[in-house]
Amino acid sequence: MGDEKTSDPKACKAKGITRRRFLTTMGASAAVAAASSGKLAADTPKEPELLKAEETARITLSINGRRHPLLVEPRWSLLYVLRERLGLTATKVGCERGECGACTVLIDDVPRYACLTLAVEAQGTRITTLEGLMTGEDLGPVQRAFLEDDAFQCGYCTPGQIMAAEGLLRTNPAPSEEEIRRGMSGNLCRCGAYDHIFKAVRRAATMKKRKGGPT
Amino acid sequence: MSAEEKNVYYQADTPVPETPPPGKAPAPWKKTRFIGKSATRVDAYERVSGRALYPSDISLPRMLYGAILRSPHPKARVKRIDAKDAERMNGVHAVISASTPGADLYWPYAADKKVKLFDPLCLYEGETVAAVAAETPYQAWDAVRAIQVGYEVLPFVVDERKSLDPHTPAVHPEGNRVKPVEIYERGEVAKGFAEADVVLEQSYRTECELHTPLEAHGCVARWDHDKLIIWESTQGVFPVQARVAEVLNMPLSKVRVIGHYMGGAFGSKLQTDKSTIIAALLAKRTGRPVKLFLTREETYLAVGNRPPANMKLKAGVKKDGTLTAFQFSGTATGGAFPAGGTSLLDWLVRELYLCPHVRCELSDLYINAGPSRPFRAPGHPQGAWALEQMMDALAEAIRMDPVELRLKNIPSFSQAREGKPPYTTTGLKDCLEQGAKAFGWAEARKATSDIPKKALVRRGVGVASCVWFVGGGGPPSTVILRLFSDGSVNLNMGASDIGTGTKTVMALVVAEELGVKPDIIQIEHADTGTTQYATASGGSKTVPTESPAVRAAAIEVKQQLLKLAGEEMKLDPSALTIEGGVVVSANDPSKKLKIAEIPGLKSRGVIVGIGYRGPNPKNKFVNPFCAQFCEVEVDMRTGEVKIIRFLSANDSGRVMNRLTYNNQVIGGITMGIGLATTERRILDGSQTGKMVNRNWHDYKLPTALDVPALITSLPIDRPDDEANITGSKGLGEPVTIPTAAAIANAIYDATGIRMAVSPINPVTLCEVLAKSRKEG
Repeated sequence: MGDEKTSDPKACKAKGITRRRFLTTMGASAAVAAASSGKLAADTPKEPELLKAEETARITLSINGRRHPLLVEPRWSLLYVLRERLGLTATKVGCERGECGACTVLIDDVPRYACLTLAVEAQGTRITTLEGLMTGEDLGPVQRAFLEDDAFQCGYCTPGQIMAAEGLLRTNPAPSEEEIRRGMSGNLCRCGAYDHIFKAVRRAATMKKRKGGPT
Repeated sequence: MSAEEKNVYYQADTPVPETPPPGKAPAPWKKTRFIGKSATRVDAYERVSGRALYPSDISLPRMLYGAILRSPHPKARVKRIDAKDAERMNGVHAVISASTPGADLYWPYAADKKVKLFDPLCLYEGETVAAVAAETPYQAWDAVRAIQVGYEVLPFVVDERKSLDPHTPAVHPEGNRVKPVEIYERGEVAKGFAEADVVLEQSYRTECELHTPLEAHGCVARWDHDKLIIWESTQGVFPVQARVAEVLNMPLSKVRVIGHYMGGAFGSKLQTDKSTIIAALLAKRTGRPVKLFLTREETYLAVGNRPPANMKLKAGVKKDGTLTAFQFSGTATGGAFPAGGTSLLDWLVRELYLCPHVRCELSDLYINAGPSRPFRAPGHPQGAWALEQMMDALAEAIRMDPVELRLKNIPSFSQAREGKPPYTTTGLKDCLEQGAKAFGWAEARKATSDIPKKALVRRGVGVASCVWFVGGGGPPSTVILRLFSDGSVNLNMGASDIGTGTKTVMALVVAEELGVKPDIIQIEHADTGTTQYATASGGSKTVPTESPAVRAAAIEVKQQLLKLAGEEMKLDPSALTIEGGVVVSANDPSKKLKIAEIPGLKSRGVIVGIGYRGPNPKNKFVNPFCAQFCEVEVDMRTGEVKIIRFLSANDSGRVMNRLTYNNQVIGGITMGIGLATTERRILDGSQTGKMVNRNWHDYKLPTALDVPALITSLPIDRPDDEANITGSKGLGEPVTIPTAAAIANAIYDATGIRMAVSPINPVTLCEVLAKSRKEG
């Protein structure tokens, strides 16, 4: 339980969380999830117990370089834990069903929707939120670019947009116009500031390059 | 215009104190240092760092989470509610419904349509039935699901096109008409059509559009004995305060509403939602603060929409382009309660182009669906969809360029208003002429007409223009400005910044007038407990309403400051100016004194200036204008439309901040692209009456992949000095009015097919393309 070594972050990144790991994460001490078919049944020979929603699991999340030991219900989303349990409210709640990207965070440097990620799934990964792009009170390059280009209106989708841009630039430091659009297409902006957002991503790419690599 | 909208948008007749006094208006700014330049926002750091606390970010000690049980049926009577299981569940602190003491309250959907907060008769899917407060939102929703409700499901109607059919179930006992047919008439249309060389008639429809701001509607409510504090995601804290005080029968002074940040609204947060009252009741009952934000699905059902509109327009024109008559009829619905279903639907037909003979008929009907709310220029994009497509068709019929036809019919006065009062300024001609020039309209028209008719991928260009019904702002507004002894400034105003950059514009006004840097100005705003009364931010009126009050307050401060400086410098205050935090003699620049070193200011500690928004000019109207041009590419095989470029030429008076101005323009165009190509509420009319696309997957907004690569903002920067003392007019709504129609016109130019029903998507366009191929 809570042993980060048992997980393989690379496998996680490639395939998302495995069902097997999901169960081991939750299962060891308190409860074992109900499952009865296929390979899984062979892995868990004992009579599976139904895990009640409100039984908590002890996990440790690595967020912005700090370890947070937590007791969570297995159904809690990473979004809920970030915002309502840890007070990391830069990550916004838009739809809670993987449509708008307002809750985008980086999990092992890849943009992910925190609303579709269970907190227990996120154990063993490196989570970065908007707060994690700051150095003390100083903005990171993508944030500065969004400020300069007025790449927002109401600002509510902005943290998610910035995280999507950050993730894009970490894997592709010099994206083409088309790559910027694709990279940002998982994040809705109802105010419609896309044009300025594209400008900001271009500016951020230049700023990061000048600084000599990703920060 | 409905009474609600009148309250929201315009209070021109309100008698108010005036600063400066009548007849002493300050001279318009000539050369400016800050106004009209590009400035990043004063709160940009907060917004990009995550430090900005939106109402949904607020977390308080011992806070509970609220959730609302809503009617799953479009029309049903609640026969019984059994909440025993729910009440016993882990973490649940309260379940409230109609029978709960203190929850038996009236809710005024309209002045003459009061229902209960939890009314046994639910007239739309999503109407409130009960609510829960629990330790976590998960537990609250568990409890909502555990409440047993017995419904008597009643016959319904969810399609306004069937609302008046015989045997259609009546939404209200008096029938499905909200009011008698509204008729507007000037001249005689029969005479006008007789004079015309060409008469055309066409039916149009725009589908229902939903606001869906990124931050859902909701609040955090906390009681402090008999005082209620609400952090609400709203466009106006004062209207929320007033409604909460009214419904809960409390004095205004005991209701404090705070709304510093908010995550989008587009008109849907101009009014108070039932959920705010429910949060307050839950908080009262549990003795703990309650956070209650709607789920995304609830925002689709219950917090407003742009009504679907069915329109018919008959128009007559002479060969020389003189319009002779418009006959318009519109049928629309604001849902289950009076909510302005047809509000302003005919305004553009009545007002935009010179036309002597006009007749309009509007039918506002009930259906069993969530009530509408004002949506960015109510009625206008729908009306533009009809009128602007008709203008194109007329131009083609008389072989005239569509821009030229519009230019030929520009009025300098408001035809549709009593006494035909003139506009203070009208830049429509410039919008069309300069817009066409910057867009390369003539060249583009030629290029698209040269594309062979057999080409599989074709290009087309389109134009559309508009006036916005209000947009001049007006009283009341009060602003307090404080100049501290070190020369820094605090601005206190009640208005909300809904993402348009209001705070930044106001800081620029102060900086311009006081000669200080914008970054030393601290702004307190949108808090009924600590800031001054302001109307809600909507109607494209916030800048023209608030900026003159801010300038007036700055002038009040400046006069006092120069008097104190003059005493010290032994110079007449009228011979002094302020530059960069230093008072300088206009005649002898060597004589100067830093603001921070004025002894009179040091000893007082602060100078306070109060500014009021004075009245608008009498017998004249202040309206913004806009013309938009676009180019599209249509794949004739797949029906896919790619929007290549857009240009918006706007007359919104003086440009206050070029950076946020451009942002409004691109945002308005993006939203119009949604109306034209992707957005449509779908109600299951034949079986359940339920909304089937209540999420962003099935109801698609424009994404990063749907906007053109080139959007050009072309301001017609002409200060409207007659309108107010900053020369500004509204911008946020005109930028989205003509967009959808311009796209439809461009698609016609490309394909020769008139798409009169929104949204134009590959499915709808392919269908018509296939039909036209068959017909050859």
